[in-house]
Amino acid sequence: MEYVAQLILLVLSTALIHNYVLYYFVGICPFLGVSKRVDMAFGMGMAVTFVVTIASLLAWLFTYYVIRPGAPLATWVWVTAGGNPATVIDLSVLSYLIYIFVIASSVQFVEMYVRKFFPPLYKSFGIFLPLITTNCAILFACLEIMKNVSGVPAAEVWGVDKALVLALAAGLGFTIAIVLMAGIREELELADVPKALRGAAITLVVAGLMALAFMGFAGVDTGLAKVMIGH
Amino acid sequence: MSSTDGPTAGERFLNGILPENPVYRSLLGMCPVLAVTAGMKPAMTMAGAVLFVLVMANIIISLIRNLLQAHLRILVFTLTIAAFVTIIDRFLAAFMYSMSKELGPYIPLIIVNCIIISRCEVCSSKQRVFTAIADAVGVSLGFALALASIATVRELLGSGTWFGLPILSALGWKGWAVMILPPGAFLALGVLLGGVNWYGQRKKTPSTEVAKG
Repeated sequence: MEYVAQLILLVLSTALIHNYVLYYFVGICPFLGVSKRVDMAFGMGMAVTFVVTIASLLAWLFTYYVIRPGAPLATWVWVTAGGNPATVIDLSVLSYLIYIFVIASSVQFVEMYVRKFFPPLYKSFGIFLPLITTNCAILFACLEIMKNVSGVPAAEVWGVDKALVLALAAGLGFTIAIVLMAGIREELELADVPKALRGAAITLVVAGLMALAFMGFAGVDTGLAKVMIGH
Repeated sequence: MSSTDGPTAGERFLNGILPENPVYRSLLGMCPVLAVTAGMKPAMTMAGAVLFVLVMANIIISLIRNLLQAHLRILVFTLTIAAFVTIIDRFLAAFMYSMSKELGPYIPLIIVNCIIISRCEVCSSKQRVFTAIADAVGVSLGFALALASIATVRELLGSGTWFGLPILSALGWKGWAVMILPPGAFLALGVLLGGVNWYGQRKKTPSTEVAKG
């Protein structure tokens, strides 16, 4: 029960309370650029969810087995190569290079795979895939996972389950934000916006109001935690 | 690949500051612009970090520009940038620990900042080292200017201070908490962007005003 409650709280916190777009400001570029129509926005949201899930899975594997201090795979290579087994191998300094390489190459492979085997899927969100390599939200999710795997007490190290739930919730939160924004922008087409504010400026102001609304979710998690876990 | 074509170093430098300001004109690199502008101190640290990474990445890319393969160039750009971001991240963690904690994930997020990749693509992968450095410094100054303008508005209205010095709070200003919270970032940038657009449109001849936008 406590395990399920923890996962629910993680989803709530990532998707709504600390929404990636409206709280952490990551993924702003597609949020401003691809939010003119609801169907496009939904496709972008799905593409981000897809990539962030794959990248998070890979990031967790690399962090857990290679990067973190005393990681099993890195230690095994060190010992096999004749290193002193007492040394703690810490490859954290390489983490950014590894993450960006993992993200860029996995996006490339996913794009090729989807184009070859799932043409309808590729038609619906394939065009967004290359754009996502440089999407901050993906790297941000990887960093979030690193924060909870590397350099924390052994009992609090995240398993792959939590990493995946985080990724799905992050994608869900991004999709909610961008689809809501697209809905508002479709209505905004008919509004008489001052000329200087047209385009990105009014979108940012609307995003500000949305962020204000999302602030209303703050504290929901602590209240729910009291009910479900009892502390 | 001739090194004489394209804008000169001086043009690149000046273009980056205002005419092609990365934030107000090209709408690039929005994440740090929104995330670290609650105060002047984090904003200026971020600007310094971007300056370092952009100058170093532009130098390296410009030096190896004749070796770049078209289909691998973006990967080379990102890996070069990631290496320098790691350096600045470790530097901040060693010498400015509290600032490093405050900026948190936004320093590693410089890697995927569109400004730097776009400068590598547009300028340094095509032009000489000197031009690339001038371009990097110009664009970084433009970025710093944009960060400073937003951070000034947010810090003054939000906490009544500027660089931590009491300005409005000395006059009894209570501070609008919303300005240092996420919504304030969106509102401040939206209104400032509208102001910049308005100024740009006013400067042009009235004939453009008649044309339907």
